[in-house]
Amino acid sequence: MVLRTTRAFLVSSQELPEGYQHYLIPEPLEWRVRELEGKSSFTLLPNDYNYLGHNDIIRLDGQAIRVLFRANSGHNSLLVTEQCNHYCLMCSQPPKNIDDSWILDELEALIPLIPRETPEVGFSGGEPTLAGRRFINLIRMMKSYLPRTVVHVLSNGRTFADEHFARQYAEIAHPDIMIGIPLYSDDPDLHDYIVQAPGAFQETVQGILNLKRLGQKVEIRIVLHKQSISRLPQLCEYIARNLLFVDHVTLMGLEMIGFTRANLDALWVDPADYRDVLSEAVGILAAYRMNVSVYNHQLCLVNDDVLPYYRKSISDWKNEYVPECDGCARKSQCGGFFSSGVRNGYSRAITPFLV
Amino acid sequence: MSKFQGLDAYIRRDGYELLPFKFDRLEGDDYVITNMTGEHLVVPMEELRALLSKDLAAEHPLYASLRAKHFIRYADEQAPLDLLALKLRTRLSRLAGLTSLHIFVVTLRCDHSCPYCQVSRQMDGEAFDMTPEMADKALDFVFRSPNPAIKIEFQGGEPLLNFEMVRYVVEAAKRRNLVEKRDLEFVIATTLSLLTDEVLTFCHEHDIILSTSLDGPADLHNANRPRVGRDSFERFEDGLAKARNVLGVDRVSALMTTTDKSLPRVREIIDEYVRLGFNGIFLRALSPYGFAIKTRKFMTYNTERWLEFYKEGLAYILELNKAGIPFVEHYASLILKKMLTSNDPGYVDLMNPAGAGIAAIVFNYDGSVYASDESRMLAEMGDQSFRLGNILTDSYEDIILSDVLLDALEQSFTLSAPMCSDCAFEPYCGAEPVFHHAIFKDVLGRKSESSFCKRNMTIFKHLIRLMQSDASTRRLFMQWANAC
Repeated sequence: MVLRTTRAFLVSSQELPEGYQHYLIPEPLEWRVRELEGKSSFTLLPNDYNYLGHNDIIRLDGQAIRVLFRANSGHNSLLVTEQCNHYCLMCSQPPKNIDDSWILDELEALIPLIPRETPEVGFSGGEPTLAGRRFINLIRMMKSYLPRTVVHVLSNGRTFADEHFARQYAEIAHPDIMIGIPLYSDDPDLHDYIVQAPGAFQETVQGILNLKRLGQKVEIRIVLHKQSISRLPQLCEYIARNLLFVDHVTLMGLEMIGFTRANLDALWVDPADYRDVLSEAVGILAAYRMNVSVYNHQLCLVNDDVLPYYRKSISDWKNEYVPECDGCARKSQCGGFFSSGVRNGYSRAITPFLV
Repeated sequence: MSKFQGLDAYIRRDGYELLPFKFDRLEGDDYVITNMTGEHLVVPMEELRALLSKDLAAEHPLYASLRAKHFIRYADEQAPLDLLALKLRTRLSRLAGLTSLHIFVVTLRCDHSCPYCQVSRQMDGEAFDMTPEMADKALDFVFRSPNPAIKIEFQGGEPLLNFEMVRYVVEAAKRRNLVEKRDLEFVIATTLSLLTDEVLTFCHEHDIILSTSLDGPADLHNANRPRVGRDSFERFEDGLAKARNVLGVDRVSALMTTTDKSLPRVREIIDEYVRLGFNGIFLRALSPYGFAIKTRKFMTYNTERWLEFYKEGLAYILELNKAGIPFVEHYASLILKKMLTSNDPGYVDLMNPAGAGIAAIVFNYDGSVYASDESRMLAEMGDQSFRLGNILTDSYEDIILSDVLLDALEQSFTLSAPMCSDCAFEPYCGAEPVFHHAIFKDVLGRKSESSFCKRNMTIFKHLIRLMQSDASTRRLFMQWANAC
């Protein structure tokens, strides 16, 4: 009973228990409003929210309903800030230069509410580390409240070039956290162009070095497009030679959303046209015994030698297939497409595997 | 106007500076440039000139690679310096561990009488056997090494002729290791001719690796390795099957010796290794020590002929790989590790400072301690230059800090040795004081006349050319570089 005073109850057709702080009534059950009127506070949930379930976390702000955390999703990603010191040509989440520290207030309130058995939580942005000490605090809270939850942070790594900041982060000693850092070229100028920030390459590399020097896990993330493909094998050799100690390298297909659409001419290359370059890149990293994964690609667009590293990475609720996929015998092993991007175009070479 | 700026806006034009590198002609107008961490790039002469006079345009296709491989940087860039330092530390990290390989010559007696062999004796009796007292002292020495990984290798003669001493050392070392907790590994260098079930059981029980010899097809092997009964090859093949059966297929390796009889037969030799299920071969030159010099075996062919043999063998091995048979040439893979990775394979002949004494050390059957296997072979010829002391009477400090050792290391150091210090291939090469002493009577020698220098330079250039001319060879070499 004591717990009820801290929670909202999601109304079903069953009997209504008493004593909850708040009640959420799905639209089809609107008739049950009568049972609560005058007794308890309640909110009507429009049909758009019919996916909500046990242990989910939402925010009610006047009439606005925002879903902060979904307990039954393995892919909860928490946006820390929309500010960023990059302005990447292919950004899927275009940055905004506004004070959004209210998001941090919200996250600080959210973390203690997240179920303790949650397997994984991601932090993204913008650039999460621009929150500075409050970013450090978020990671510390993750360790304190959710010590068994794996944490994955998407960062451009530049803030970690500051040794003091890197040390503060490392001293949290989170048991299972990885920072995913993009590195798009071995040519500093090309990397800086792709992320639209002069000097970014130098800081990112030093950030990676600082993190690894402090024993922290780092993943290098390479989004594949016309610019990064142009020196991809050289980039992989650079990584193998200079950053062999990173924990994971991911090679990711381009998502057709956000800024990508504005920069399509500079970015688009059909994955069918770079499949041999992808094979070479994977071959280099694998030869050096690096842990490598290929994400966001369709099975029919990669050579067989890539298959051991191919990951069906697009989550079930975000992926879909195109008409060309009809009758494909390997659909279940294929990641398919991001539903958010596929309507904006895809490879001309999608071909079903026939048995 | 677009919110995005073009690539042009990010290309720096404020002038680069040169980081340290060296260069040498590869062939024709092509030059190879290398830096201290082993990064290399092939650059045509015209571009090299422009690079050195700081006129190379930022748009030039080589420009980005020169930056990425840390041949040039902009003055405000810190990451290239941090990475160079990191890679150099990694390459030299073995030095701090000091000696890892400890060779115990448990006997000089041997059942073979190979004409090129430096040291073996055909006699009975114990005059050529190591005593338990020596073994105990040698083990004291072994565990004084700070290295967390200790390898004890038994050599001879034929170590199985004094198997009791092998057993004694293994058991004593393992007892000490209960406290020491090193990563302890044992190897027996044996022809397998005297392999018994008892020996195999012991090897299995103590996880001992067998390092054996195979010179090629039966007739060549038997001609190189005479023994009573002329059955060296038959015994080898029989022993190999038994040993693999008990110890596991990867626990038995083989080394070959090249004699004048081998030179026209490199493909047959490789085929024999393939037939017997080996996944690689070490194409070795005959060393100029011991009986090899005495019997003039060493003089019967020159370095050029050996290089032909090597190149023909390597070309054949590349053919095999393209035909789908994975097979490695081990000497190339050691060099490729230096060329293509930031690590050093720790191969004694190609180390700087030299590996003598500080990477490997030899305890001879008579109590003498030598700086390397070659040093004791030299000693058998009457040249005691690299005898570091006696295990029964000298302390660890006496031996490891002896002038004999330290002088040899210091004087042969390639970064200060004439002709080595400005050689573009220095990052891939080694000091080798013992070889040069054997030929020139001083640890430096005259590099322009050194067959060591000629042999290795030719191989370095050959490997770079092969990678340069064929992308699939380059990919294969990356795998080799990471397999050793």
